[in-house]
Amino acid sequence: MSDPPMPHRPAAASAGAVQPLVLCEGLEVRFVGREGIIHAVNSISFTLAAGEVLCILGESGSGKSVTLRAMMRLLPTHIASITGMVSIAGKNVMALDRRALEDLRGAEVAMIFQEPTSAFDPVFTIGAQIIETLKRHDAISDRGARARALELLEMVQIPSPARRLDNYPHELSGGMAQRAMIALALACRPRLLLADEPTTALDATVQIQILQLLRRLQHDLRMAMLFVTHDVGVAVEVSDRIAVMYAGRFVETGHVRNIIHHPQHPYTRGLLASTVQGAMRGRRLEAIPGSPANLAALPPGCAFAPRCPYVEPACTAAPPPEVWYDDTRMVRCIRAAAR
Amino acid sequence: MTADVLLDVRNLKRYFPVRGGLLQRKVATVQAVDDVSFSVRRGETLGIVGESGCGKSTTARLLIQLLAADAGTITFAGQSVGTSGGMDVRELRRQVQMVFQDSYASLNPRCTIEDTIAYGPSVHGVGWEAARHRARDILSRVGLDPAWFAKRYPHELSGGQRQRVNIARALVLEPKLVVLDEPVSALDKSIQAQVLNLLVDLKRNLALTYIFISHDLNVVQYMSDRVLVMYLGKVVEVGPVGSIYSTPRHPYTRALLAAMPSMDPDHRGEQAALTGDPPNPINPPPGCRFHTRCAYAEACCGASEPPLAADAAAGDHRTSCHMLLPGSGHTAAPIVA
Repeated sequence: MSDPPMPHRPAAASAGAVQPLVLCEGLEVRFVGREGIIHAVNSISFTLAAGEVLCILGESGSGKSVTLRAMMRLLPTHIASITGMVSIAGKNVMALDRRALEDLRGAEVAMIFQEPTSAFDPVFTIGAQIIETLKRHDAISDRGARARALELLEMVQIPSPARRLDNYPHELSGGMAQRAMIALALACRPRLLLADEPTTALDATVQIQILQLLRRLQHDLRMAMLFVTHDVGVAVEVSDRIAVMYAGRFVETGHVRNIIHHPQHPYTRGLLASTVQGAMRGRRLEAIPGSPANLAALPPGCAFAPRCPYVEPACTAAPPPEVWYDDTRMVRCIRAAAR
Repeated sequence: MTADVLLDVRNLKRYFPVRGGLLQRKVATVQAVDDVSFSVRRGETLGIVGESGCGKSTTARLLIQLLAADAGTITFAGQSVGTSGGMDVRELRRQVQMVFQDSYASLNPRCTIEDTIAYGPSVHGVGWEAARHRARDILSRVGLDPAWFAKRYPHELSGGQRQRVNIARALVLEPKLVVLDEPVSALDKSIQAQVLNLLVDLKRNLALTYIFISHDLNVVQYMSDRVLVMYLGKVVEVGPVGSIYSTPRHPYTRALLAAMPSMDPDHRGEQAALTGDPPNPINPPPGCRFHTRCAYAEACCGASEPPLAADAAAGDHRTSCHMLLPGSGHTAAPIVA
């Protein structure tokens, strides 16, 4: 990396630049619970262009799923307080009324989950649920909706799709249910797909099929995707850019090649080093010591400092600044700032 | 039997009935483990891989007699298990211990960590004070400070710490063989590496033998000396880890390895090796169970079941496939001389 690092993000919207599909600025999510205030998401900012795939990579409790749900305003309002700005396709999501929010969900933005059977209503057939979604958002006849539903099942490569339209969710195997959920999500040709660990519950031979299907559909439909996973291998398979998340913050962002081949943040390095690969056989794994940060009692400085091999006094004083190398590459570490 | 074989399993079989209807009649059978044979040598780690429903966890439960086998024999350290004159189940369970995937469900929530670990030795005739002493000793060996952890309850511990407690409980009886059933699958990557390092250290320091069950091919390759691949209740391939991963011979093993995410953004997978889901283990296909998804299947594959056999070139590497079986009728099979 030859360019000198910049202390701040490069000017986002220069004159004439196209407005990105997603613009997220200073997103924060707090949960108020019995144990105090949980700082689940701490000032996250990013942009996503049309047709681009950003993967949020992090371990359990890092705030990656909460980020997705906050963007769709799916979190229960009585315990979650969300601040910051999220704009999708030019609409300020945080300011939308209920009706406008429902128009946005499903039509412009769709979401897929880890557990497909819980995303479907068990008492209606797959076909009925896809048709319901189509009719809610588009002016379409019953016959037209059924034809479109069939087309969608074909698109996600479900075998004998005409028969599957009349199946109930429990009649489908895991991989098939996941494909049906993707068909439902893509029913109204959304411009943004939010994917929350959609392949984690699947077997290895099925997981790779679903990842390749998502990649192909995302490419063919020119759809942007925000993909959440804990698995480095999955992130590498699908993403253009990766954001590594730790304790509710993005600690490093960049193009997938840069993150995998030249990780800068000590957490990213630790995560890659502790991800077991066959070639490491016979060598000791470089585990990250300690446990993930407690979101109810975050330290005042860098949240990774208690586990970091390079910790110094300045780390624990205040959160390190974001250091930007170029439009996409950011590292949040005082060592990067000093270089 | 050679002296260095610690565990030998022959023709192990377990079917589960599926009941339905008004009278709960048996309507189908899950052939969870069907005619499985393998052996584990003293001091090695045998990895067992396969997808959900392939029978790997049922095999583990049959080994320590948490489930009774329908057929088959288990020989441990030269003694046959469960037969008159052989080793009784109680003694087997002292010498063979198990660690499960769900670290929380496998601990009693009302028992302190110390009591949980000391319970095993006290059942096997060690006095309570001595058992507690041993519990504290083993806690420090798995990297948990007994002064801090001995009086804690499971809910006060993190997932990684609970799994260390489960490992301590397994080791306090000084077993010869430890069956690890997906021991790190529920843990975060950074914690997974800590626990794997611990398992490697303990094996070396305590001269243990492991059976390591996982769906994660990377972890199995890292941990194992030999690998056994299962598909729908059958062993399809077994051999040394190097030769399984470098020259897999069964089409299923090849597909499984090809399905691993690449870790290199410039070499992403283009075409998945298999289509569809694993078939339902209820009433599996006849013949070779993989033939319904196999790209090379021919008539003989659905007609008869290929035996698990070593072919000429492979030595210790055995595969159950008609393509490698001379005279099987498959066009790719070697010609009988």
